Amino acid sequence: MSVEFFRDIAKPVVSGFGITARRLKHRKVTVMYPEVKREQYPRTRWRHVLKRYDNGLEKCIGCSLCAGACPARCIYVEAAENTDEERYSAGERYAVRYEINMIRCIFCGYCQDACPTGAIVLQKDFELADYKRESFIYTKERLLEPLPQVV
Amino acid sequence: MPQRIETLVMHDSSTPVLGDMEKGGSVVLTSVDRLVAAARSNSLWPLTFGLACCAIEMMSTVASRFDLARFGSEAFRATPRQADVMIIAGRLSKKMAPVLRQIYDQMPEPKWVISMGACASSGGVYNNYAIVQGADQVVPVDVYVPGCPPSPDALIFAVMKLQEKLRTRKVTSISQIGLSELLLPREKDEEVLA
Repeated sequence: MSVEFFRDIAKPVVSGFGITARRLKHRKVTVMYPEVKREQYPRTRWRHVLKRYDNGLEKCIGCSLCAGACPARCIYVEAAENTDEERYSAGERYAVRYEINMIRCIFCGYCQDACPTGAIVLQKDFELADYKRESFIYTKERLLEPLPQVV
Repeated sequence: MPQRIETLVMHDSSTPVLGDMEKGGSVVLTSVDRLVAAARSNSLWPLTFGLACCAIEMMSTVASRFDLARFGSEAFRATPRQADVMIIAGRLSKKMAPVLRQIYDQMPEPKWVISMGACASSGGVYNNYAIVQGADQVVPVDVYVPGCPPSPDALIFAVMKLQEKLRTRKVTSISQIGLSELLLPREKDEEVLA
């Protein structure tokens, strides 16, 4: 029990645990992810959705501008003519096939910028991981919004 | 000659399977199956394999805000000998591919691979002569994570997908839990089957 004991052993230990004790008062920073999802930033870009008008017609007119704008070349669009009997979109043409290779996509949002009708929108669903490479080809059926409920 | 234990038979499609009750396995080994799966899935030690910008997100996944330690994966190992899961974070160049394969081979069984981000999974925007178009051309990949880069939550989701895979998959052969060397010498086995 000497001056050296307090100076060299007791004081550093106490001051060290003092830092720990002060830290206990701080706000918890961890986001408990699977239970609590953090709020995404307003301009977050994740999974694409193909939008519809309120009357149920698809917004996509099959112009392929999104495919042209895509830096990763991961969008494939095949267009066909609308007829009066079979009308899918408001314009002259609609997309028969609309595929996005989600694993090659870099979520830059250029497709959203390029789209003249606002058909493709990148939303905030980020839980996209999967086991098979094939399951990342998102077809039109998977991308398209469900039909609006008729009231 | 040691007595053959009925439930421990070498696996082919017609013979009973270890721990699979429907195919004639034992109750005890079914529980062992579940125990092994629980132990493995809750202590997945990742190997640091940061190749590019995805590694920054991988680092932030282990940091305090997202805290991968909640899933038992906080122990990032710099040596393949102590790692269970390799997280390929970043574009894999053709020059790096043999190194990746060698490190994968040095990891002890059982081992898994998470391919993180567009570049590791498919090449992403780098569709050129320098980048391997998908790490699955070099090593078998268990979970792919899209994104450029995937956010820490997306990577945690992938880790959860991998845990889910480990829990649902049955330990179908003795070699997977390392009992084969202890209980069933190879040549004895061939005698029995012949």
